[in-house]
Amino acid sequence: MRKIHPASLLVLLSTAALLGAWFSLTTGPLSVSLHDILRQPDSLQAQVFWELRFPRSATAFMTGALLGIAGALMQVLLRNPLADPYILGISGGASTGALLAIMAGAGTLVLQTSAFAGALLSILLVFSLAHGRGNWDTTRLLLTGVVLAAGWGAIISLLLAISPGTRVQGMLFWLMGDLGFAQSPVPGGIVLLAVTLLAFMLSAALNLLAGGELRAASLGVDTGRLRVAIYLLASLATATAVTQAGNIGFIGLIAPHMLRLAGARDHRVLIPGVVLLGGTLLLFADGLSRLVIAPRQLPVGVLTALLGVPLFLYLLYRSRGIRHG
Amino acid sequence: MAESPVLLSCSGVDISIGEVTITRRLELCIEAGQCWCLLGRNGTGKTTLLQTLAGLRPPAAGRIALNGTALEQLPRRQVAQQLGILFQDFEDSFPASVLETVLQGRHPHLHNWQWESAEDYRIARAALAELGLDSLEQRNVQTLSGGERQRVGIATLLAQQTPLLLLDEPTSHLDLQHQLDILQTLVAQCRARNSAVLMVLHDINLAARFADHVVLLMGNGEHRLGRSEDILQTDQLEQLYGHPLMQIDTATGPAWLPR
Repeated sequence: MRKIHPASLLVLLSTAALLGAWFSLTTGPLSVSLHDILRQPDSLQAQVFWELRFPRSATAFMTGALLGIAGALMQVLLRNPLADPYILGISGGASTGALLAIMAGAGTLVLQTSAFAGALLSILLVFSLAHGRGNWDTTRLLLTGVVLAAGWGAIISLLLAISPGTRVQGMLFWLMGDLGFAQSPVPGGIVLLAVTLLAFMLSAALNLLAGGELRAASLGVDTGRLRVAIYLLASLATATAVTQAGNIGFIGLIAPHMLRLAGARDHRVLIPGVVLLGGTLLLFADGLSRLVIAPRQLPVGVLTALLGVPLFLYLLYRSRGIRHG
Repeated sequence: MAESPVLLSCSGVDISIGEVTITRRLELCIEAGQCWCLLGRNGTGKTTLLQTLAGLRPPAAGRIALNGTALEQLPRRQVAQQLGILFQDFEDSFPASVLETVLQGRHPHLHNWQWESAEDYRIARAALAELGLDSLEQRNVQTLSGGERQRVGIATLLAQQTPLLLLDEPTSHLDLQHQLDILQTLVAQCRARNSAVLMVLHDINLAARFADHVVLLMGNGEHRLGRSEDILQTDQLEQLYGHPLMQIDTATGPAWLPR
């Protein structure tokens, strides 16, 4: 099996992230160059850059990064490579909160607060129901989450069915993932920084937990506390991401796998790597979402799936030979 | 000769799982240099006993001490520095190379932020060589055969370098030659490092050949334990397995065949 050198991988990913940032910042109906912004800080270009482009690109990176890290954590927590950040129903709760706010015609701030509250409610519901009488096995957690997600799905359909037609398009955009709601990148940035640091601190233990709970315990990991920590970190990351940009699919599933296929199986490399890769993927997807049918925009979540599916299938196909190598 | 240090001791240990009692008032004392074997029919709780002794589940009553300290008072990391356990099953949901897997045995000896040193790699590679796995170092564990995967598990345990090793069916999936090789390796380690082994086996003859002490789990919480030559008697074994046996005396000691 290949083992990629951590430093070269992270350099490569950082370069890609910078390219993605440049692409996302310079794409749009108004051409903006760094030169203009620095020369004329009061110009329209500078205003567009600082008030629209930069917050949006920063939010795109953070959302992608949060989804990537949440996906990697959920996959280890559930010991299931198919897990994604939404698998335990967090996005369902957030969506219900967001749709209620859109239905009521609320502004962005109320929408985001409502979405975050919905996500928190979902996190607490899964946690307390799955915890039961102290017995927190993986199957029970997964089933609780999946069933709750289905419940949220029904409520979402109901809300869409009874909403006035004028509001439905906004709701659909939100459900498909849309960065048009991007606000100040500061709160999300703080969450991303904290989650990344904490997850990185847990990364050696994550390597062990990936090989099974009892085995991890036998190698010196306090698995009970680790599981709660992973669940809370992954949930917080997902809730923040969903609150900022709706349901952006696929990044949380494929970003960790792309890195694993590239040989980054050690979570001490995978965690920082998935932050960079998840962020980069969403930066490119966001740029493209404004470019493909310009001047109209696509919901970015549609693009992540449209790009992610063939990219992932290609990597998977190519890796078949490596598996036995 | 100086008395061997006691590594693990049980006093008055009751273990039960649901309604089933596995041991009642178990008194067990494992000293350095001893090789113990645990025999019993399916479902008598051999695995549960092993996991309880490893501190992975609490006993219903009694005290288990590791080097004199109550097991439940020790942090997991300290337990893992003194006691290693091989499980029956391996969860390989994610890809990992053989070398990476064996290196994980070094985890209890690393500090929080420490990466594996050259010395850790040396220990892991030595364990791989010991089990004849050198050529598989870069293979994905998900693609190994059952026997190869089993040997990777044992190599991880050896890399952990603990004074006490608990093994749940170390010979499962292995061919005859590898069964003998691995048991010889374990017993040799026992002697060389003055460590101790407690393993679950299903083969009475392998137990008689390699273990100096035996625990028989009779079911319903009853057990017999002691030196192999005292415990491994035809009548006891017939009672244990509920099947008539025939003893044959061979050059390497007694052997049993089912009648």
